[in-house]
Amino acid sequence: MIITKQKPIDDILKYLEKANKVFIVGCTQCATVCKTGGEEEVKKMKEFLESKGKKVIAAEVWDTPCNLLEVKKRARDRKNELETSETLLLMSCGDGAHTVVIGTGMPVVPGNDTLFLGQSERTGRFNEVCALCGDCTLFITGGYCPNALCPKGLQNGPCGGVKDGKCEVSPDIDCGWLLIYNRLKDTGNLDNMKKVLPPKDHSKSIRPRKVVVDATKKRI
Amino acid sequence: MTLKEKIKNKKFIITSEIGPPKGIDVKTILEEARLLKGRVDAVNVTDSQSAVMRLGSLAVSRLLKEEGVEPVYQLTCRDRNRIALQSDALSAAVLGIENILVLTGDHPSRGDHPEAKPVFDLDSVQLIETLRKLESGKDLSGKELKGVPKFCVGAVVNPGADPVEPELIKFEKKLKAGAEFFQTQGVYDVKTFAKFIDKVKQYNTCIIAGIILIKSPDMARFMNKNVAGIFIPDSLIKEVEGAADKQDKAFEIAARTITGLKGLAQGVHLMSLGWNKLVPRILDAAGL
Repeated sequence: MIITKQKPIDDILKYLEKANKVFIVGCTQCATVCKTGGEEEVKKMKEFLESKGKKVIAAEVWDTPCNLLEVKKRARDRKNELETSETLLLMSCGDGAHTVVIGTGMPVVPGNDTLFLGQSERTGRFNEVCALCGDCTLFITGGYCPNALCPKGLQNGPCGGVKDGKCEVSPDIDCGWLLIYNRLKDTGNLDNMKKVLPPKDHSKSIRPRKVVVDATKKRI
Repeated sequence: MTLKEKIKNKKFIITSEIGPPKGIDVKTILEEARLLKGRVDAVNVTDSQSAVMRLGSLAVSRLLKEEGVEPVYQLTCRDRNRIALQSDALSAAVLGIENILVLTGDHPSRGDHPEAKPVFDLDSVQLIETLRKLESGKDLSGKELKGVPKFCVGAVVNPGADPVEPELIKFEKKLKAGAEFFQTQGVYDVKTFAKFIDKVKQYNTCIIAGIILIKSPDMARFMNKNVAGIFIPDSLIKEVEGAADKQDKAFEIAARTITGLKGLAQGVHLMSLGWNKLVPRILDAAGL
């Protein structure tokens, strides 16, 4: 899931300085779970903007703003409202924002900051456990990703900054390599840690990345 | 005899450390270097230590060489990708600097430019392998080099790491990657260090024990709290607290620790944190 955080409300107001007529779009998926763009948040945003003298033309939660075909369909349905609006306020991730820009051709203001690909631990608690590096080595590291869990993304063990099991960057961060070490030890795979991992192939994650799935191709 | 030859011939090694200034006024560090000349085998030059931006380690290493002091060029993975790391290593070679100490480096968030983008393209194990690859006449992508460098590659190990097993695994990887000598985190407790030496003596490599001067009780408490793998026993802190002259006490503790480490380590690395003028006295007292 894509983890988002609402931008400071003063920043959002600043971005909307020149726009008086606003169309608010939320997302039924990730932003709903993150409480940054579900029914409730979109409603609250509408009330807030109206209290600040803005005219909210529409306030909707789309399923899903990151799907270009869906967005185009929505754009056709809401043609009049979109034409009346000066800008869209996107309460989704950046992917949703970009897709809506393309699908509607409208100016867009982001309501959220897009943070990371996250695991939902429980309601309202999200952890980054995958760094989207494009070169997965979880089979060696016991399912724990050193790229996501170690702020330095080290490949061959902990650095000298680990203290009381915590990372030098913050006492709130567990040392990723100690997690990996304990996991490998518990599962009898400590030999994995003794292998020297080569430098990472960053050419696999050159941006912008693109995947085209050939539906006719047999994969297994 | 160069540091590399001394390591190979199992000589007792004495190294010290200089931190480049923030700026280009090198007068003080060159004075420190002159004090150390002839008394130590080599002087480490830190690489923007604690992720605080300073004058470059490579430039200062060359200045030390011009003063007749053998430098150990500290190279961290923090700020450079594999292109810059290899390029800087070649630059070191062309400037006549043979000793490179490879370190991961502190995360930028710990330093004075916390907004900086961290690099860590290679880790310390991979950087050691890379330096060895350059010595084979090829770069990391397998391309031929015009003129081949020779290095004396060092690494660090922390005898006080807790737990110690992951540290030992990484130590073994560094060794396998081609590290010729190891400098350690500050040692204050000879008994704990002896236990560590017991675990690594089978590898028959050169371990140079770190000595960090205790400049004040506050500094000792700060290090215990904030620096990984450092454990300064309460008895030592009390000793410093009760001392009439703090420099005398720092000197006495260091000399005593070094004496205790003789026979355990193949050398000592003195990190004086600006008190390099004490180093000759410490070495005299420790009989070195």
